[in-house]
Amino acid sequence: MKRFLSTLLVLALFIGTFSGCNKTSQESTKKIGMVISTLNNPFFVSMKEGAEKKAKELGYEIVILDSQNDASKERSNVEDLVQQGISVLIINPTDSDAVANSIAVAQQNNIPVITVDRAANGVEVTCHIASDNVKGGKLAAQFILDKLGGKAKIVELQGIPGASATRDRGKGFHEVVDGNANVKVVASQPADFDRQKGLNVMENIIQANPDFDAVFAHNDEMALGAIKALNAANKKALVVGFDGTQDAVDAVKSGEMAATIAQQPDVMGSLAVENAVKLIKGETIPKQIPVDLKVITK
Amino acid sequence: MEKLKALALKFKSLIGLFFLCIVISIITPRFLNINNLLNVLTQVSVNAVIAIGMSFVILTGGIDLSVGSILAVTGALAASLISKQNSLFLAILLSLIVGALIGAFNGLLVSKGKIQPFIVTLAGMTIFRGVTYVYTNGTPISGLSKDFTFIGNARVLGIPFPVIITFIVFLIAWYLINETRFGRYVYALGGNEDSARLSGINTDSIKTMVYVISGITAAIGGIIVTSRIGSASPNAGSGYELDAIAAVVLGGTSLAGGEGSIAGTIIGAMIIGVLNNGLNLMNVSPFYQSIVKGLVILLAVLIDKKNKK
Repeated sequence: MKRFLSTLLVLALFIGTFSGCNKTSQESTKKIGMVISTLNNPFFVSMKEGAEKKAKELGYEIVILDSQNDASKERSNVEDLVQQGISVLIINPTDSDAVANSIAVAQQNNIPVITVDRAANGVEVTCHIASDNVKGGKLAAQFILDKLGGKAKIVELQGIPGASATRDRGKGFHEVVDGNANVKVVASQPADFDRQKGLNVMENIIQANPDFDAVFAHNDEMALGAIKALNAANKKALVVGFDGTQDAVDAVKSGEMAATIAQQPDVMGSLAVENAVKLIKGETIPKQIPVDLKVITK
Repeated sequence: MEKLKALALKFKSLIGLFFLCIVISIITPRFLNINNLLNVLTQVSVNAVIAIGMSFVILTGGIDLSVGSILAVTGALAASLISKQNSLFLAILLSLIVGALIGAFNGLLVSKGKIQPFIVTLAGMTIFRGVTYVYTNGTPISGLSKDFTFIGNARVLGIPFPVIITFIVFLIAWYLINETRFGRYVYALGGNEDSARLSGINTDSIKTMVYVISGITAAIGGIIVTSRIGSASPNAGSGYELDAIAAVVLGGTSLAGGEGSIAGTIIGAMIIGVLNNGLNLMNVSPFYQSIVKGLVILLAVLIDKKNKK
């Protein structure tokens, strides 16, 4: 035990002095830091891949960290990236309000910040890159009306209450359907962007209120859950999701899902890196960069 | 030789932490600088405070899975009091009281209700998460005053305030466990409940008290998190119970109770914090980070077990 310990100590000291010497030869290239709200969701994984691909193409090193949907972890991630000496911070916030202090940490160290997908409240950032969710909600409502000849009874599966995506997609959707005498929204219930919850909520709605012919879900995960419930109950309805994830695109191809309003997370990631590089080169970039949405149908 | 071995065993968590720091500083030169080390200490503080309370519970042979939810409830309460009443003192006091009350609720169900701690606090975890959702209506509470965000962000003589809070909590806990009758009873209860009861210890009240302590430390964690982020999120603290338990176990405390120390828990929390920070600095892909963390916990417990044989 003693011998083991002393060997360990000597080894440690030896290597310790070495790492001290290495400090002079630190990396000289500029680094981009990226903090993503969660990688437990294919949407954000696509965003990550888009960013990585662009960084590789432009020849910049990018460090990507996962906040696991925890604002406290998000702040630690930002602090760690600042320590690493990044030149630009790209952040996809876990929550629009909670991210302000984390962004302040970067800005205090004179690191410009680009937000992606979710905006930051209460702080000024250099650039915000996001899809136009209100427009997406309108697109979804319009698609349903076109398909059903202007007359529809629609179920709305909402996202996490209060989340900006929930508010905006719902807003766009209601701007089209509200006040239209031929359209009735028979149920509006939250299923928290979750596939399992989408299934459960849809089952309940089918029991309580089976008279509808279309479903608009605020994201694909809930739409896919709803399809499971509809199939189990042998109920036919036009299902429209949101995000354009791989599972949803497959479901649209197989005819189970009518359409998905595709966000392009890979494009967002790629645009973020492209603009981060512009900042590094000293160019100016726009404050808002909208990313196109597209309706994916069979 | 024997003495040295005993010493090495006593400080094995510390040696582990030391070794970990060496390895990380070899790989990335950015680890060993004062700013980053202060960063790590601040990042560790919330888990360390919660884990200190958790140590009391685990020393009696219990477990508290509700700490993450208590953190969310008390954080939300503090945030709403600050934004409505703007009284820092009231917000902190009431949060601590609510934390203590929830702890008492858990503790009484365990001691008087004779339900297993795992079940009681598992139910508590769900109930108080739900309470947070109801209370906040599912939306984060923001717009907190400067006074309040001071707690999580300010530095006093260069030392981050959360670190100072953690140190004070540690001192109080250390005193309670080592210098008071209560502390000895906690160990006695965890060692052998029947003989503790037969020797005249009021085991029910000790059992209740440890959950109250855990509730209070979770509330302190809630206040720090909320003020650090400047916003109380309804899903704050999910999964924190597991980090706290891991810190306690890494610190050499036995889940069976009766054995372990508060200082060990602090070291355990440091190991987790250094690992988190180090893996980030070393650019380890987030997908691999969880695997590494799990393996380190397993390795530590394995070494612990081998040494005890």
